[in-house]
Amino acid sequence: MNELLANAVIPTWQQIVMWLIGGLLIYLAIRKEMEPTLLLPLGFGTILVNIPLSGAVGPHGPLTTLFSAGISNELFPLILFIGIGAMIDFGPILTNPKLMLFGAAAQFGIFFTLCLASMFFGINDAASIGIIGAADGPTSIVVAQKLNSNYLGAIMVAAYSYMALVPMIQPPVIKALTTKKERMIRMPYEQKNVSRTTRILFPIIITVIAGVVAPESVALIGFLMFGNLIRECGVLNSLSETAQKVLANLVTIFLGLTIASQMQAESFLRLETLLILGLGLVAFIFDTAGGVLFAKLLNLFSKKKINPMIGAAGISAFPMSGRVVHKLGLEADPSNFLLMHSIGVNVSGQIASVIAGGLILNFFM
Amino acid sequence: MFNPLAFITNLKFMGVGMLTIVAVMGAIILMTMLLNKMYKD
Repeated sequence: MNELLANAVIPTWQQIVMWLIGGLLIYLAIRKEMEPTLLLPLGFGTILVNIPLSGAVGPHGPLTTLFSAGISNELFPLILFIGIGAMIDFGPILTNPKLMLFGAAAQFGIFFTLCLASMFFGINDAASIGIIGAADGPTSIVVAQKLNSNYLGAIMVAAYSYMALVPMIQPPVIKALTTKKERMIRMPYEQKNVSRTTRILFPIIITVIAGVVAPESVALIGFLMFGNLIRECGVLNSLSETAQKVLANLVTIFLGLTIASQMQAESFLRLETLLILGLGLVAFIFDTAGGVLFAKLLNLFSKKKINPMIGAAGISAFPMSGRVVHKLGLEADPSNFLLMHSIGVNVSGQIASVIAGGLILNFFM
Repeated sequence: MFNPLAFITNLKFMGVGMLTIVAVMGAIILMTMLLNKMYKD
């Protein structure tokens, strides 16, 4: 018996708490289907790295090696962006480009949270916490990593958890800021054809414009738009399919597990983690408020009224946010279909959040 | 460390950041409108 237990180790209470957190993430991923592709590997990885003397981390640990190879140089999130770009159909914003303004307005939460977080953290950590409001995992990882944030694990958990919780976070904020009459505003959708040339030139032009204004965003926006170019060019269908499915899935598996290497008890179980989770929620709330209030502001000057709820879809959590707005529209008026508008705004939020990430890097690097 | 003044100090990032994003998205909107005019199906 003694020989059997000779190599056994006793976990600390902090490590046991981390096992429970890992278990909770796995539960949320499986039972509640909250961002399962990321929360499940993250949850399992959390348990893996908090086993005393875990061989998964450390100088020769596979997760540490993967972290050096794919996260510390931002490679994994950027490669994932190729897959995301290949999945996105920019059609709705190409038919109605004005919707892109809402994507810009809904980044307000990022900058508001940055200011708020700067009261508690150094400016680089505050900026990394603010970018949780990008509602976009890869952007959060790239920004936090480039700014050498000490809280990558907490930032990732907050970003992905709140993205999954968008259907619970956004409706009360939207309802608090709009009247039922406003939520019932109808927005007819005009189906327009977009030429193939426009679809091909769009990702190239966006990369150039964003790159000139915020050169640090070139990698982020460039990989996203490259993925979209593969999709839209029409001659690389097999590559597009690979990027959307195999590549994105493969990177996601490694991304979740690798991020978990930052979830070790000693670096995660701190008061700051709770504060980051709270600030992340603030970012999502103010993103939503920014989009809705901007739409209400436009309505003061516009003859053709906009349903202010679509502003909330400018948060980049795609496609949940677009669906939430559509559902709220149906709740106010069962024959009011806002889906095409809200998805358009949602897609523009994806572009705007990446530009916001690049801007933050430009400010603080 | 709790430094409430930092909120005010960093408001400039909010102003510049939001203005830049709106400007960039505005430029993208104009380019998209132009593309739609130039290349109709």
